[in-house]
Order: sequence, then structure tokens, then C-alpha cells
Amino acid sequence: MNLFIIKCICVYFSGIGFGLIVNLPHRALNVAGITATLSWLVYYGVMNTWGGLGSANFFGGLTIGLVSVVIAHLKKMPSILFDVPGLVPLVPGGQAYNTIKNFALGDYQVAFNYLSEVVWIAGSIALGFIVAELINKIRIKIKYVSKGWDK
Amino acid sequence: MADTATRQENYDHLVLNTCVLAGRIMIESGSEMSRVNDTIMRIAKNAGLKDAQVYATLTGIIMSGGVKEVGAEVGSIDKRAFDMEKVAKVNELSRAYAAKKIDIYEFRDDLVHIDDLVATFPLWLQTLGAGLVSGTLVVVFQNNLPDFWITFIVGMFGWAVYYFLNIYIQIRFLSEFLAAVVVGALALIAVKNGIGVKADDIIIGGMMPLVPGIPLTNAVRDALSGNLISGPARGIEALISACALGFGVAIALHFF
Repeated sequence: MNLFIIKCICVYFSGIGFGLIVNLPHRALNVAGITATLSWLVYYGVMNTWGGLGSANFFGGLTIGLVSVVIAHLKKMPSILFDVPGLVPLVPGGQAYNTIKNFALGDYQVAFNYLSEVVWIAGSIALGFIVAELINKIRIKIKYVSKGWDK
Repeated sequence: MADTATRQENYDHLVLNTCVLAGRIMIESGSEMSRVNDTIMRIAKNAGLKDAQVYATLTGIIMSGGVKEVGAEVGSIDKRAFDMEKVAKVNELSRAYAAKKIDIYEFRDDLVHIDDLVATFPLWLQTLGAGLVSGTLVVVFQNNLPDFWITFIVGMFGWAVYYFLNIYIQIRFLSEFLAAVVVGALALIAVKNGIGVKADDIIIGGMMPLVPGIPLTNAVRDALSGNLISGPARGIEALISACALGFGVAIALHFF
């Protein structure tokens, strides 16, 4: 339980740290950290209850996509500002490193195992983004139709 | 009569020029393509160029005004970095222009001087950010609390190397490669001297600031929005970055 709280704080600061690297505007930094924490919490929750690697990352990506669009509307800033830091705690860094390491050491079997895991995770996150984008497009369409604007 | 025609022509030229400049700044700072297209078209429509067409790729923009006298304009893009504040600033300026708070002359002037308008974080703060990313992610990914501080420092060094090489070398893949070598070497040396516990974890953490997260996200988004030129191009950019990092670590593992 202690480690869990420490991890939450760590995720928040990792979002802020990445924001500093890519030069986010000052007023977006805090929100970027919160986006990262939210998406990681969803990922962690799904991972530890019923989901596997794929669904956990899918829902993590979905959360980033949805939350960043909502915040972008509230703060009137581009949504890419918030989904880049949110992605950081989901990136399959450990697996990618193990792929490279085992390739370098000549253990190709192990390396391919890790590589397929990397592809699987990256694909799940991307799919989450796709669905979030789709939901956003539908929402905009509904808004246009309900206000009677023809595009 | 001829005077008004020339003035209109000059004005259209100015609008076209502003649009291309705005697009260039956005692509150079790492924005996704659909946003670039949207912004450019919004500026053009608000300025009265109803039939403007734009074709934006990762390495250049072609834009025509849709008016016979003005023709088209080309802007080339050689260098891409990540500067989210510039994206936000251009977005803000185009909103202000749409709301008629600034006119096209002010808009263009602001875009030309965007480097003075947008402050970047100082180097020490950037390195601190890199350290934060590295240190915290070791805890998150590997449940490794004791290695927090050493990873923090290794990550800071890796980013500093990357930053300075970027200024002097101008080839991003090469500086990524060398930064990865430094991260790997420092991690292995630290463990040999008893400062760190697990070298693998320290390397994973130290690499995280360098991992091509934004190109990968943008690649997916561009490909999704139907831009089949920029999506795969960004994918290749991310792939080369990842390979450069991988080779760097492999060399460090081999020699240290």
C-alpha cells in the first residue's frame, strides 16, 4: 500500500518532468501531471483486477485520449499538450530495453518474446487513442447536428 | 483602380506567407498534421482566401491561395524538435486573429519573432525534468526504490549530453546514440562501484527521457487522420530513434 502511494506520486512527477523536457507552457504542467496519474491509475486498476497487458494499456490509452480532449476544451489549448506527458508512464520501456539487451547478448528467442510484448503494448495504446479520437469525432458530429449547423 | 488591385494582391501574398510560416513553426515544434491543416485553413478563411488549398508534409508545406494573381508558396522544413509551447502559442495567435483581436500584420510579426515571445525552460530545469522522469519511472516500472537517486543523476547526465550534442552536431540520431552510450556506461560503472543496485533498471530509467514518445503518438494520429505521407514518415523517424538508443545501450553493455 505504501509503495502504491509512492508510485502515484512518482507518476505525477514523471508527467511534470516530461513536460519540462518538451517545454510545455507553465500553466499546463500541473494538469499534465494529473493526466498522467489518472491514466496510470486506470492502467493499474485494470492490470490488477481482471485485465491483462493488452486491455490495461488499451484503457490507459483511452483515458489519456478522453481526458486530454476534455482538458484541452477547458483550458483552450491543443490537446497534444496533455496526451504526450500522459503517455510516459505507459511506454513499454522495460520490455524494449530487454529486447535490445537480449539481441545484443545473442539470446534471440528471449528477445523475440520481449519484442512481441512491446508491439502488443504499443498497439493497445494506439488502439486506445484511436477509440478516444473516434468518440471525440462522434461528439463533435452530435454537437453540429443538434445545433443545426451544416458542415 | 490598379492601385487597389495591387494592394489586394500584396495583402493576399501576406496572408499566404503568414499561413506557411505558421504551419512551418507548428511542424517544426512537433504538432500533428491535422492540427496544422486546420490552423492554416482557419487563418486563410478568416483572411478572406476562400479557395485556399494546403498540402503539408513532414518536410515541407505547399499552399496555394486559390486566387489567380497570387499563385502558391512553398516552405521547407529541415529540422524538427519538440517545443509544445510554440504549438500552443501559434494556436493562441490564430484564435486571437479569428476573434479579430489582432490583424494580419501583427500576426505575422509575432510569428516571425516567436523565438523571443516563447520562453524555453532553462537548461538546469530541463535536466532536472529529465532526472525526474528517469528516477520516478524506475520506481513505477521496476518497483525499485533504492535506485531512485542514482537513476535521477544518470538521467540528468544523459539528457545534458543529448542537449549539448544537439547544439553542436545537428543530427538527432547521432546525439541520441551517444547519449544512450553515456547512460549505459554510467549505469554499469555506478553498479560496479556499489552506488547502484541493478544496472538494468538504471538504464531503463535513464533512457526514458530520450524515448521517442511524441513521434510515435503523432505517427498513429497522422496515419489515422488519413495523412499517409506523414504518418509512416514519423513512424520511421521513431524507429530510427529507437534503433539509435538500442545500439547505444548495446555498445555500452559490450564495453563496460
